[in-house]
Order: sequence, then structure tokens, then C-alpha cells
Amino acid sequence: MNYLMRRLATFPLVLLGVSILVFVAIRMVPGDSITAMLGTEAGLLTPAQRDSLAAYFGINQPWFVQYWRWIGGILHGNFGISVTYGRPVLDVILERFPLTLELALLSMVIALAVGMPAGIHAATHSDKPSDLGVRVVAMIGQSTPSFVLGLLIIYTLSAGFGVLPAMGEFAPLWQDPLRNLSQLILPAITLGFAFAASVTRISRSAMLDVLSDDYVRTARSKGASARSVIWRHALPNALIPVVTLSGIEFGYLLGGAVIVEQIYALPGLGRMVLDAILQRDYALVQGAVLFIAFNFMIVNLLVDLAYVALDPRIRLGEQ
Amino acid sequence: MRILRAIFGHGSGRIGGVIVGIYLMIAILGLLGLTPHNPITQFRVDRLHAPNGTYWMGTDLFGRDVASRLMAGTGQSFTVAFFSVAFATLAGAVLGLAAAWLGRRWDGVVMRIMDVLLAFPAILLALLIVTVAGPGTWTSVVAIGIVYTPIFTRVVRGPALSLKAREFVDAARTFGSSSTYIVTRHLLLNLVAPLTVQVTLALAWALLTEAGLSFLGLGTQPPAASLGLMLSDSRNLMETAPWLMIFPGLTIMISILGFNLLGDALRDILDPRMRRAPA
Repeated sequence: MNYLMRRLATFPLVLLGVSILVFVAIRMVPGDSITAMLGTEAGLLTPAQRDSLAAYFGINQPWFVQYWRWIGGILHGNFGISVTYGRPVLDVILERFPLTLELALLSMVIALAVGMPAGIHAATHSDKPSDLGVRVVAMIGQSTPSFVLGLLIIYTLSAGFGVLPAMGEFAPLWQDPLRNLSQLILPAITLGFAFAASVTRISRSAMLDVLSDDYVRTARSKGASARSVIWRHALPNALIPVVTLSGIEFGYLLGGAVIVEQIYALPGLGRMVLDAILQRDYALVQGAVLFIAFNFMIVNLLVDLAYVALDPRIRLGEQ
Repeated sequence: MRILRAIFGHGSGRIGGVIVGIYLMIAILGLLGLTPHNPITQFRVDRLHAPNGTYWMGTDLFGRDVASRLMAGTGQSFTVAFFSVAFATLAGAVLGLAAAWLGRRWDGVVMRIMDVLLAFPAILLALLIVTVAGPGTWTSVVAIGIVYTPIFTRVVRGPALSLKAREFVDAARTFGSSSTYIVTRHLLLNLVAPLTVQVTLALAWALLTEAGLSFLGLGTQPPAASLGLMLSDSRNLMETAPWLMIFPGLTIMISILGFNLLGDALRDILDPRMRRAPA
């Protein structure tokens, strides 16, 4: 409990750092947001019109006033107005977030469903041909960038089977689950492949470590079946590194998968941030980065708490 | 020499070493301009030629030789990867050692700043930096370097803290060695092993990030060649000219694989638990 409190206490500090960093960085991008928003039409604006637009979006103030108003707004749940969408930043973010969350969850499910059995199999068949096979595939998986795999999948489908991945307007899960899944399954496999490779490697090495421990030998000598030794005795202890890795990876995926979203034309958080940076949509970039950083910290905290659940001997916060 | 022998005595080290060696040579030839054709010359009559005797890997939409562009692009990607990892290693080592040695407030400040950087997804942080400074080779170097600095800082700080508490450091202090001497001779030298492993693995990530940035159009700028850019350009021609995608895709994949294999082998070889006690 104490640990939880101390960890939560560092959140505002880190978020403050993130907020300052992103606030300063986005203002260093050359060009201004009104020109970026209106394109060539910005040239038609009279100075007075430009000033009133700047006043409307609050970007005519000195930077510290802007920062102060921004932080003050956030504390009241107001993240500002997006220049490109003309809508509240939080609405825009929350509209994109379900897709990103779903994609991250789906990729993690694929990674765990493939990676853990593969890793456990490799560890229990150590140095046999199947172990070597799993290791080779995992190594290749870990070295394949998502954009290479994504393009390969699209190419194989279109050249080999004459089908294209379901693109077009994105269908949210609650509106059309089948179409939603057909749109997300390929991106999830693309992201899940390298993720599964990492899970395989870490579960294999964790399992190998645990299998050589004394208590596993004891369980074996007591006459416990091979299945029970692996699933009851070894696996729970081998899970900790797997949870850490999956948690960190999941946390990153919640920040959006810019490149995969780009390849499959998905309206996720990653592409939104990329576009917002290119459009100099200050409020949207700031809000989104803060939102992503917050999620990442929460996931990391949950991972730490999961350790305690997996291994009651661990007392968090002790050196 | 001993380390080279160890790498070549290690199964995956041997494969990784050979792959990295070959790509290193390709990269150097590409950087020196020793390519079959000029990578930016457009042979307009030979547009979108499939691989043949003249153009080993075919030509692209503008009639440029893919093999030559691949060599130049590999040179470009490796340059960015090496310099960005050098940046991250140097910055990470200085910050990590400072945090561990000076302790207290310094340690707190440095590590909180690293927490802030780590709370950003890597590619987003790199994107933000590149947009601020304008896309280009050296911007990519700095962006990727900054993104990986926190990882190196952590890799250095942890072991440095435990080394600091060891008797030989106390002994050096008693003998009147200066802080700079202890930090560089006793701490840094003992950190070479974990740093080497990290550097090799980071080279794989840096290649990946560089390719990602160029893929998004924020890395190397056309007409210069880069692997990510070549892949991105191949998207609309995938069915008519698959070689435009396959060759750069394989190049990125295999070179990353090489560094990963080498990193794994080095970890096995340099793992402190398997080495003799440090000097």
C-alpha cells in the first residue's frame, strides 16, 4: 500500500516533466498552426482575422501564460480545442483510443497465445531440433520490422489470393464486430508477430532457469508428473519476466502503432499524433502525449503490482 | 582478438558476425559510391525493369538501379545507426556514471529526467524531435540518440552503483585516487562488457527506428536513397514490381537479424556470471 502511494506520488512529477517537454518541443516546430490549418488559404486572411483566430485558440499569449492556462484547464478536465478538428482535444483522443486499445489487446493475445506455448515447448525440449526451430523462428520474428511484415502480408494476400485487407471506413467493435475484427486482425498479426517472438524467447529462458531450480527437482523426485511439474510448479515462477515484457510492450502499443496504422490506413492514436505534429496542432499533440504517457505509467504500475500477485515473497519498494 | 575468437566459436555469433561483416562491407561500398550504377541516375528507358544482368535487383519507377540504391541506402542507414548509438552510449555513460557517483540529488534529477523520456513511446519522441529540427540524416542521428539515451543511462547506473560500493573502490579512494580516475578506470572499465552487449542490440533497434522514420518520410530525404524510403515508395507498385519491396525489406530484416545474433552471442560470452571475477 505504502509502495503504491509512493509510486502514485511520482506520477505528477513525471507528467509535469512530460508536459513541459512536449509543450516546449511542439512550439519549436517551425511554422504556425493557423497557416498549417488553412494551408494556402491562410494567405487570404487579413491581419485582424489572423489575430482573432490566434486569440480564439489562445496562441497569441506569451508561452508561460499558455502553459499555465493549459495546465489549469487540464486540472478541470479541459484539454483545449484541437485546431485541425475544431473540437475538444479529449473528445478527439477518446474517439481514437478504442481502436488503439483493441489493437494492443489483440496483439498481446496473439503474442501470448503463440509465444508462451512455443517458449515452454522449447525449454522442455531444450537442445532438441524443435527447440532449435522455435529459436530460429523467434530470432527472425524479433528482427522483422512491423512495416516489412505488414507489406509482405498485404503483398502475399493480393498477389497470391487476389484479396486486399479490409480497409475503408473503420467499423467500431460495438457497431459491427465482424467487420471490426476483419479490419483489425491483420494489423494485430503484424504487431503480434515480433511481440510473440519476444514472448517466446523470454518464456523459454525463464522456464529454463526455473526448471534447473531445486524445488523443481524436488517435485520431480517426489514423483510429480512432467505435466504437473511444468504447469503447477515451474510456470508460475517463470511468468514474472513474461509479465514484465508483455506489460512494457503493451504500454508502448497503447501509444499507438504509427507505422502499422499508416500501412493499414487505421484511424488510431499513433497516426493522429503524427498528423497533429505535422499540422502543428499544439493542443492535440500536448494532450495526446500526456494521455499516452499517463497510460504507460499506469500499465507499468499494474505490472509491478502483478509481481506481488504472482510471487507473494516479493515486497515492492524494498531494495 | 580473444573476443573475436570467442564470437566465431559461438554458433549464433558466427552467423551474426558474418551477416554484420557482409552488410558492413556493402554499407562502406555504398558510402564510397562504389556501386554498379549511380544510385540517383535515372535510366528512363529502363523504368520498372525486373532483375536482370544489367540491373541485378531491377529498376524503380524512375529507372534508377535498385541494387545501387540499396547499397547507398544501407550505407545511409548504417551511418545513422552507428552515430546515434555512439551518441546514446556516450550520453548514457556520462549521465549514468554521474548519477551513480554523485548520488543523492543528482541521481534523483537525472533518473527523473530519464523517466520522463521513457514515458514517451520511442517512435513518437523521435518524430517530435525530427519535426522540430527538420528531417535529415543528422537530425535522425540526434533523435534516435536521445530516444536511446535513457536505456544506456540505466544500463550504466545500476552496475555502477554496485561497483561503487565494492572494496576496490574504497581502496582506490584511500590511496588518494581522484574521482575522475576512479570513475573512468575502475567503474567505466568494468562496465565495458554490459555496454558492448547493449551497443550491439541497440544497433539493431537504431536500424529499425531509422528505417521507420524514413518510411514515414521523416528520415533521409529524396532523391538520396534509404531503405525505409525505398520500402515506402514500393507500396503502390507492389504487384507490378515486387522486387522494389522484397530487396530493401530483406536487407533491413537480415541486417537487424545479424546485430541481434551478434548481441546474443556477446551476452553469452561477456555475461559476468560466466566470466572470471572482474579485475
